[in-house]
Amino acid sequence: MSTTSLTDRLGSLLMAPVHLLMRIIDIPLRAVQKTTGIGGMAAVFLAPNMLIFGIFVLLPLVINFVYSMTGGTAFFLSERQFVGTDQYARLFQCANYLDPMSCQEDAFWTAVGNTFWFVILQVALMIGVSLITALILNRDLAARSFWRAVFFFPVLLSPVVVGLIWKWILQRQGLLNFGLYQFGIEPYTWLTDRNWTFIATIGVSIWAHMGLYTLILLAGLQAIPKDLYEAAEMDGTKPARVFRRITLPLLMPNLLVVVVLALIKAVQIFDEVFVLTGGGPGTSTLYLTQYIYETGFASALRNPGLAAAASILMGLVLVVLTLVQLGIGQRSEKKGKR
Amino acid sequence: MKTKSLLAGAALALLMSTAAHAGDVRIMWYSDGVEGDVMKDLVGRFMKENPGINVILDNVAYSVIKDQLPVQLEAGNGPDIARVTAIKDLSRHWLDLRPLVKDAKYWDDNFGAQADWMRPDGSKQISGFMTQITLTGGYANKTLFDQAGVPLPGPKATWEEWAAASKKVKDSQKLPFAMAIDRSGHRLTAPLLSYGANYVGQDGKPAPLDKGAKDFLTKFVGWVGEGSFAKDVWVSAAGSTYRAAAEDFINGQLAFYYSGSWQVANLTTKIGNSFDWVATGSPCGPAACTGMPGGAALVAVKYTKNPKDVAAVMDWFAQEKIVKEFSERTLFLPGHKGVVDKGGLDFKTDNAFAKAALTKYVEASKTTADTALKLPGWRWSDTVYAAIVTRVGQTLAGELKLEDAFTRIDADIAQKVKDSGL
Repeated sequence: MSTTSLTDRLGSLLMAPVHLLMRIIDIPLRAVQKTTGIGGMAAVFLAPNMLIFGIFVLLPLVINFVYSMTGGTAFFLSERQFVGTDQYARLFQCANYLDPMSCQEDAFWTAVGNTFWFVILQVALMIGVSLITALILNRDLAARSFWRAVFFFPVLLSPVVVGLIWKWILQRQGLLNFGLYQFGIEPYTWLTDRNWTFIATIGVSIWAHMGLYTLILLAGLQAIPKDLYEAAEMDGTKPARVFRRITLPLLMPNLLVVVVLALIKAVQIFDEVFVLTGGGPGTSTLYLTQYIYETGFASALRNPGLAAAASILMGLVLVVLTLVQLGIGQRSEKKGKR
Repeated sequence: MKTKSLLAGAALALLMSTAAHAGDVRIMWYSDGVEGDVMKDLVGRFMKENPGINVILDNVAYSVIKDQLPVQLEAGNGPDIARVTAIKDLSRHWLDLRPLVKDAKYWDDNFGAQADWMRPDGSKQISGFMTQITLTGGYANKTLFDQAGVPLPGPKATWEEWAAASKKVKDSQKLPFAMAIDRSGHRLTAPLLSYGANYVGQDGKPAPLDKGAKDFLTKFVGWVGEGSFAKDVWVSAAGSTYRAAAEDFINGQLAFYYSGSWQVANLTTKIGNSFDWVATGSPCGPAACTGMPGGAALVAVKYTKNPKDVAAVMDWFAQEKIVKEFSERTLFLPGHKGVVDKGGLDFKTDNAFAKAALTKYVEASKTTADTALKLPGWRWSDTVYAAIVTRVGQTLAGELKLEDAFTRIDADIAQKVKDSGL
């Protein structure tokens, strides 16, 4: 008996239960197809997914919107009063949006301002650091796989672990101050200085998430044809010009995806910062998600309606960012077809 | 036949496990010191005596009790029994044990003094009992005072005198801070009351901050500014998040620490022989030398599916001999009138500092102001505490001027009262 026929027999044997299952499934599916027609089958296959999406995404979204139209401290909708757009009006009641203290919900506008600056700075630095790391990891380094793993490792950590690790490093009696003390430098209270704490939250979130973005950019870099670089080298093109004229344009689709993903992730920042600073000192690292959490769940007298209204507004920002991502995706697709 | 037997066995096992679930009583418990271990031991004994009831003790962090339990309760879930500190604020979720306990009169006689703290206003329900009565108070690092050659201020010493003496110790011993007070509205309320503050308005709702409250808050912010009081603990979080400063005291970084009686076991265990420490009671203000009473209660949750078993558990733990043993082993002040009246508590510690501290707290409880005694049973206490902590925290972080903080505290409280619809 030849080896091929033995493999074929083994394959047939292994596939037999699958074929049997297919035949069993085939019977009801044919019946459904007769009723819906071939065009309707797409809807049938999508239905389970849409059902799960509806229950776990759309329904909570609708319920959240309804909550944002109610007042009181009770959690059950049946015990809450309809207040229309009062919660939104309360959030927007402000003499000067640039001065949170002039607003009725000053913590909300402080959180909005903090989140805005966090997003701008963190995303810009994240892209820069990820790009530089990807460029370095794309070179012929010794132990390249090891270094790639090192940069990706923090992505695998739970945000709470990330927050705790950095808290132990940055607190008054933490590792950083211990190190500084060994060099005769006075310990500093990094986590009680408003400016340093803000910088720390940016640095920690970059450390925790850059691995993923580096990986995406690295994949893009590796997809750039090598012959382009060889041709540039033969022409004696300077490295900076090679980067500007070849690497950057060809990396642009990956870079745009990374920008949008990083933007969405930055707007949602919560867990590691909550563990690291608790939103302090004062409210200097209070970001929008923490404001929503504290208003809805943690304050002495909770206000689920106000928290829901704030989360709807945050959701709108995320929808805009997602639409941008979809637009970019579609544009890249069209370019690819051309 | 074999398959049928297997299926029948599996069904029987499933039924038996369901039957076991029917007798499950889940307790959500947090610990400040050693009480988690004591409770575990007592639960074991209870189950030996009552084999039909399976008690599951979930030891959780205090933040879970403070932040997550209220959400669970609002959703109609939660454990069967919980050890809580926000006993009045959450009282609508507690089960009325009156028709379920063996002898309601025993409960009224022995736990009646604090019964109002844990039931809705106007109700006569039995919700549970205090696992400990607490009183806020100070601790001084005697070794540091001795090394600095600074005498410990006397029993009637004021906050100013403690601040001045602690600052001398700080300067002499090169400490990061002289004093610390937990980031908690409850803790801060004690000196506010000593300065003459009164939170309760004539209508029973919160009154705007008065002169007494403003006077102490002004001094406190000043002391933090000049480095006498630890800033870290107050600015290390936003909102009303609780932070204790015990670790700094345990590490010998503070001359004076203001917290409460529940820290005795914690300090005894963690400080050991590292340094000498004394409980000082509460420093005085112009109006009083009061601490803030409070405590943790073991309460039954009304969403339980096993109310009878829950009542049996509560009855067992509320026994005089069990309360006495629990207090002696945890170094907590008991909330059982019979135990207190009979006296003779033999606190299980060889630590002379702990024994002296407990004696000091019993003594200090005699000077507790009337207003302080009423606050644990006042519905709006936590609202006022949260507003004060939030805005004072912002002031200390340099975000708010003190005058603006006062205005914001009043506005926040008024808004919360309005939100509640009461």
